[in-house]
Amino acid sequence: MSTAAKPIATLRSVTGVPTGRLAMWWLLASEIVIFGGLLMTYVMHRIGHPEWATEAAHTNTVAGAVNTVVLLSSSLSAVLAHQAAQTGNGKKAANYLWLTILGACMFLVIKSFEWTHEIKEGFVLTRSTFWSFYYCAAGLHALHVIAGSIAMAIVAIDAAKGKELQRVEYAGIYWHFVDVVWVFLFPLLYIAK
Amino acid sequence: MSQTATHHDHGTATQGHDAHGHDSHGHGHHEEPGFIKKYLWSTDHKMIAQQYMWTGVAMALIGGYLAYAFRMQLAFPGKFIPAYGYMSSLQYNTAVTNHGTIMIFWFAMPVLIAAFGNFLIPLMIGCDDMVFPRINRLSYQVFLLSAIILIASFLVPGGGFNGAWTAYPPLSGNSEYNMAHWGSTLWVLAVALEFVAFLLGGINFITTAMNSRAPGMRLWDMPLVVWMIVIASILFMASVGPLIAGAVMLLFDQNFGTFFFAPERGGDPVLWQHLFWFFGHPEVYVVLLPAMGMSGDIIATFSRKKLFAYKTLLYTVFGTGIISFFVWAHHQFIAGIDPRMANIFTVTTLIISVPIAEMCFLFIATLYGGSITLTVPMLWGLAFVGEFLLGGVTGIFLGASGADIFFHDSYFVVAHFHYTFVPIAIIGFFMGFTYWSPKMFGLMLDETLGKIHFWITIVGFNMIFIPLFFTGLWGDHRRIYNYNNFSELARPELQDLRIIATVGLLIMISAQVFFVINLVKSYFVTKKKAGDNPWKANTLEWQCPSPPPHGNFATMPNVYRGPYEYSLPERESDFWPQNEPPAA
Repeated sequence: MSTAAKPIATLRSVTGVPTGRLAMWWLLASEIVIFGGLLMTYVMHRIGHPEWATEAAHTNTVAGAVNTVVLLSSSLSAVLAHQAAQTGNGKKAANYLWLTILGACMFLVIKSFEWTHEIKEGFVLTRSTFWSFYYCAAGLHALHVIAGSIAMAIVAIDAAKGKELQRVEYAGIYWHFVDVVWVFLFPLLYIAK
Repeated sequence: MSQTATHHDHGTATQGHDAHGHDSHGHGHHEEPGFIKKYLWSTDHKMIAQQYMWTGVAMALIGGYLAYAFRMQLAFPGKFIPAYGYMSSLQYNTAVTNHGTIMIFWFAMPVLIAAFGNFLIPLMIGCDDMVFPRINRLSYQVFLLSAIILIASFLVPGGGFNGAWTAYPPLSGNSEYNMAHWGSTLWVLAVALEFVAFLLGGINFITTAMNSRAPGMRLWDMPLVVWMIVIASILFMASVGPLIAGAVMLLFDQNFGTFFFAPERGGDPVLWQHLFWFFGHPEVYVVLLPAMGMSGDIIATFSRKKLFAYKTLLYTVFGTGIISFFVWAHHQFIAGIDPRMANIFTVTTLIISVPIAEMCFLFIATLYGGSITLTVPMLWGLAFVGEFLLGGVTGIFLGASGADIFFHDSYFVVAHFHYTFVPIAIIGFFMGFTYWSPKMFGLMLDETLGKIHFWITIVGFNMIFIPLFFTGLWGDHRRIYNYNNFSELARPELQDLRIIATVGLLIMISAQVFFVINLVKSYFVTKKKAGDNPWKANTLEWQCPSPPPHGNFATMPNVYRGPYEYSLPERESDFWPQNEPPAA
């Protein structure tokens, strides 16, 4: 019996979409519901509690804005990595991914300075439900930044050896999602006063 | 058996197959992997299915034991309970909480979705394994970890969580109220991990069914049960997110002093109810649909008839899935929600009974005029439809917001949802097991013992819950530990019904002895070979050897037709396997 006639699940692509990309979209769908639930809850509470505006006035909008720029620019290198992977240049793709990871680290560093400052000022998790939401939502997002960086590092190590280049794209899709979540968090937590 | 062929896309599968190939040292036979690789670290979907199934059954034993303990306390309050001891009120609350949690999250979910999904999807769509075998393995490992954490929560200082399986705050959010700080934290953690396990598994099921169907198999050629498990996975994925966020918030409330849900500090306890039931009600359909799918397949096979209105049935399922996201607040009619909102949710709740009723009607239409054989799986399949119907019909009383004010939190509710969940979980498990175990193990079960087991289980089950409808109507509140403390409820005629219910439970539990005897007799004594296709069914899993070898199919199955071509007048044989080439 020849190997080609074997019914191997991973060699099929009935929809025409590579299975890895398909799974990534489903993963993101489930993530959207998680963040969607949290943010909906926050928005409904925010509407019911106008007094949270005074609390929100103490968030550091500048740090948030800088972080937005950092995160969005890191997505550019993720796209360039994908482009490099498509042309089969694994080394270049890996380098761009490391650049993206650098952006993620910068984001986390700025965030930790920001939070340290806020905690010192007394704006701690339990000060009011606004701050509970603030740390919960941004913390959950930060966890995704960390998880994404680890995933990208694994993909980059393989890609540098020219292996599993299709994963560069999947990592990029995930990273864009992490960006998009922040794009929602920034106005909701920082700008809305 | 080298399968390193032309793999281009996904490292996962090749790794899985390599594990099989490499791990042959220590065994003379080339195909045989070591014990750990074979039973504990396997990426084979059939082994993972069995891991899920037996873990689920083991958890069900714990859940059943808890039910035994608190039913004995209710029938004979304050008396010594054999094999348990005396039950305190705190222990009572812990027992009911974990009974519910285990039966839904650690029995119904792993057995109906994960075990049967893992076993059936690759076999029924004609491929060797899931598209992500290692993620599949990870899914089981996370699930096992969550089960261990849940069991550990019984043993920590303060005992297990006791705030009911719905975990309403403020009781669940503050250990000053529930007196189980560690127990409640571990409970939330275990449930959250369990969700992660099923998200991983669900992505696998959905992508496998979407991308890896055998050549020729269109979406409309997939057997009902595959459709149902995939839709259930999508429902789960779309509904569980807000509860994951809610679980994080509850963990913060319990451990870090936030007050999302604490009303005394400005939090909102009803918020939890929304987050919980936004998941909790679709969850009913998440476990219902796989059981519905199994019964549909079984009824078609043993009626020797085409499943009536296959496509219409699927459209009703899509409808059910969509509507199931708009009914959740019927659990909160007396939680202080706006009465205008209660009206809307009454309407949506009553509407959702229409597609469910339609599914039952379509099954009855399939039976009509069929050549019915009452094998054991068929009995379970029919019992599922009949018993679930009782659960559905009593749900209409509860879905009407006016009536629910009276019924809420009474034993009527308990009886109602057990008439849905017992058919789903227990009848569903036996239905699937008796039908597909010949494929799983290659051996037939004993029909006589199977029928004895079936009838005693069904009699016991109805004996438990029919009396509880009446005690509920007479005012039995569901969260009372000892009715002697309430003079208006401590009446002998009510107590008689409670005792009948407990006797019913004892009957139902002892009936399982026949199941165990059946397993031992069939698998170790008679060992009657099943052959490839003992039920003469059409779907692809019956067209490969029993039990299926690693890789399932020796050659590529090509699919030519839908799964339910039975008793076609122009054919001599009354079934027509999906992969049998049409006569030239």
